[in-house]
Amino acid sequence: MISIEDLSQISQAEKEAKDAVPNQINVCVAASCLSLQSDKVMEELEKAVEAKGKKDCCKVRGVGCMGLCAAGPLVALEKERILYQGVKPEDAPEIVDALGAGPVARIQGDLEAPFFARQQKIVLENCGRIDPERIEEYVAVDGYLALIDTLTAMTPIGVVQQVTRSGLRGRGGAGYPTGLKWATVSKAQGTRKYVVCNGDEGDPGAFMDRAVLESDPHRILEGMALAGYAVGAQQGFVYVRAEYPLAIKRLKLAIRQAEKLGVLGSNIGGTTFSFSVDIRLGAGAFVCGEETALIASVEGGRGTPRPRPPYPAESGLWGYPTLINNVETLANIPAILRNGPEWFAKIGTPKSRGTKVFALAGAIANTGLIEVPMGMPLREIIFEIGGGAPDGKAFKAVQTGGPSGGCIPESGLDQPCDYESLAKLGSIMGSGGMIVMDETSSMVDVAKFFMEFCMDESCGKCVPCRVGTAQMHELLRQISSGEATSRELALLENLCDVVKATSLCGLGQSAPNPVLSTLHYFRHEYEAKIAAGEAAAAGHAAAHASPAGGAA
Amino acid sequence: MSARPPAKSAAPVASSKVKTLTIDDRLVSAREDESILDAARQNGIQIPTLCNLDGLTPVGACRLCVVEVKGSNKLFASCVTMVAEGMDVVTDSERLQRYRKTIVELLFSERNHVCAVCVSNGHCELQNLAQALGVTHLTVPYRHPKLPVDASHERFVNDHNRCVLCQRCVRVCGEVEGAHTWDINGRGIGARVITDLNQPWGSSETCTGCGKCVQVCPTGALTEKGKSVREMAKQSRFLPYLTMMREDRHE
Amino acid sequence: MTPEPAKGAPTPKDNRWRLVEATMRRHGHKSHALIEALHSAQEAYGFLEDEVLRMVATELRIPLSKVYGVATFYNFFTLKPQGRHTCVVCTGTACYIKGADQIMNVLEKAFDLKSGMTSPDGEVSVLTARCIGSCGLAPAAVLDGEVAAKLTPAQIVAKVERWMAHDQH
Repeated sequence: MISIEDLSQISQAEKEAKDAVPNQINVCVAASCLSLQSDKVMEELEKAVEAKGKKDCCKVRGVGCMGLCAAGPLVALEKERILYQGVKPEDAPEIVDALGAGPVARIQGDLEAPFFARQQKIVLENCGRIDPERIEEYVAVDGYLALIDTLTAMTPIGVVQQVTRSGLRGRGGAGYPTGLKWATVSKAQGTRKYVVCNGDEGDPGAFMDRAVLESDPHRILEGMALAGYAVGAQQGFVYVRAEYPLAIKRLKLAIRQAEKLGVLGSNIGGTTFSFSVDIRLGAGAFVCGEETALIASVEGGRGTPRPRPPYPAESGLWGYPTLINNVETLANIPAILRNGPEWFAKIGTPKSRGTKVFALAGAIANTGLIEVPMGMPLREIIFEIGGGAPDGKAFKAVQTGGPSGGCIPESGLDQPCDYESLAKLGSIMGSGGMIVMDETSSMVDVAKFFMEFCMDESCGKCVPCRVGTAQMHELLRQISSGEATSRELALLENLCDVVKATSLCGLGQSAPNPVLSTLHYFRHEYEAKIAAGEAAAAGHAAAHASPAGGAA
Repeated sequence: MSARPPAKSAAPVASSKVKTLTIDDRLVSAREDESILDAARQNGIQIPTLCNLDGLTPVGACRLCVVEVKGSNKLFASCVTMVAEGMDVVTDSERLQRYRKTIVELLFSERNHVCAVCVSNGHCELQNLAQALGVTHLTVPYRHPKLPVDASHERFVNDHNRCVLCQRCVRVCGEVEGAHTWDINGRGIGARVITDLNQPWGSSETCTGCGKCVQVCPTGALTEKGKSVREMAKQSRFLPYLTMMREDRHE
Repeated sequence: MTPEPAKGAPTPKDNRWRLVEATMRRHGHKSHALIEALHSAQEAYGFLEDEVLRMVATELRIPLSKVYGVATFYNFFTLKPQGRHTCVVCTGTACYIKGADQIMNVLEKAFDLKSGMTSPDGEVSVLTARCIGSCGLAPAAVLDGEVAAKLTPAQIVAKVERWMAHDQH
């Protein structure tokens, strides 16, 4: 029976063990750095420590994502607050030699740079600081404290109230108030209830869920258990993309460790509450981010959405009330219960509380993961933290919200980054992907790219989405290649309206958004293509002889 | 569907309450477990449908039956939206007509529907919809996909060129016949109806040859062999009858 | 395509099937274990051939057409045998912005390989993925299970040429 005392004993032992070794070398072993061979860097560091006889005073640990993926592999000396970037295996001896004697300037990164200094971390607080494969390290940073404390000191309704008071909203896309969702499931009648963690992360350009699952998996398990207690569920499922093998491996390990420690399983902490977690693998379908499609997929079927109501909160998995929350949403829960809802509500803006993790990618200097308070102006995120567009190119637009979102031009960058402001700009928060485009990107092509995505990912159940996305893609192809006239543009705008208004689920309803937002802010780019198309058509009509006519 | 344990749908209907609502400025009443479409039809108000068929679970897939509900910006598929007290529904407006027309156009553009040579010419629900909604020509480009015709079954033909993916065959075979010979293969614009492991219909191990799928198919996609142009009239009235008889038996 | 000697028609007694069996047993042979079973089957056999789908359908008591419908709904499942080496090009947004289309173009130009195709000698399969979550390293591809970061067209051509020449590196 695990108790608060047990947790603090583990934590104490862990801290003492850590303090006993003066030097800690943390190597990022999350997917991004790993694919730049950070595992070899770690191996060489271990060898160097051994060879130089520093085994007693130096420990090399694999940790999760440190955020600045662009500069990987990353290595950090925690106590000295030194960051090394772009580390190669052959740098290992030099790093070990320099321990206690000052940094190796050649590969040193700047921890005081805005990229690090401007962030405020809740969801990512342990990422890059703990070894994701050891539960003791999670416990040492107060992990599972909120769970055991809550189970013994708070009623389920009390937990729902705390989450409601924090003002947390769903981080998966729509920004639905989390407390309200929890309250609905908690009130729903059912002999059984389920908690599902949505880790499908289908948005191209978003990789925060992956980072959390790979770097701090216990955080999700704790969040799910707290959710289960609050709504009255005994079984949870984590739905993870099969494309994330490392996340799956670490999650499986974390579940086993948590069961062994007694923070998952029967009668947790000696209470009557039991909760177990199982993994379900996604198999590559963006539409499974939609709640009803996700349920169909967890039940082993085709991931096609069904009309709502009934909402999953009333009738979800196998017809039972089901709470579905995204990875980042659940990652906030332990911190909210540990520090109190007032602490959380003070961060961010009145309508969008807390922090948000953004994945910076595309034409931006500092690609990687960042976490900032809600409401930070887009300009600050992209230029100060992100470093702007690289290679001296001019910024053109930032795409937020993935295929359901929109492109925001320079003129919108002074708006605060929160749910409402992004919606006003014609985009959405989505899961937090931010793809920056520079002057070399054609916005018509960008719209075509997203439409191709929606066409490929449409489940095919409803007509407007199935055929409409294919038709819009064809029209965008024609416009992009200079084969279209203003007639095709009018047709495209009509289809945007029809598909948005009549599609069955969110995928179809938002599929026109990238077209609508680029039409709104960059209509001149469409018109230039149309002008080329009409000139070609006129030329073609006037004389068939012109060899230059036709597609550009 | 058949695999999941019965949820709330199995609840008895005897105690259900009656709701009052407005449809096209007319005050109507309906049981709370009835859809807007049911309520409208009982009151002689016609809403166009394609995937919907009495006796099969509604899926809300074709989106032709979308209606406006005052106080909401969203549209609702009337076949799957239950009535509610005080609801104010508009089933016909300039906007809805435009949407429905475009949806029918999209269906015509998706595959190769050539009415002049079709066995179902004159008996086709897609053709009827086009006439009713005034779709005389297409504004969207034809996609002209190359699609096969499966004539391997001894009595029936499956012509993918004329399929609208309404899933009536899938549902009638799974829900009524209980064979589940049909399902959908792939997804999006590439989705196709299949029998068993995407094998020729004639080689299906599960097809009972009952022909229900043929009778419920709204177009000339599933037809009886040996019919020529205009000869294939469908007979789907058996379905409400079968459902009724089975309900009686359960009581 | 030269099949590996170990491969062949699956039978209930074969070792690969035991892996699939174990997955289904873990889920109590419930119908909702279908996707998990298909994942195991693909891992064991490399792809989902009809006979395997049929056996899964029988074991889980799911209609054949439904099993086929599920197997073809998801991108991750493949019903065709794959080449000895696989090259999965990420076509997510970040990779698109950074030139993933150039990688695809050069694969088509140099080797006549488009997404979903396997080279005639059975050596290399080219696939695309909708974002592998390595956006910081765009453009990226997964080459035989390992993420290749900041890939250039020249690098991918060199890699595929080595594969085709039976060079393991």
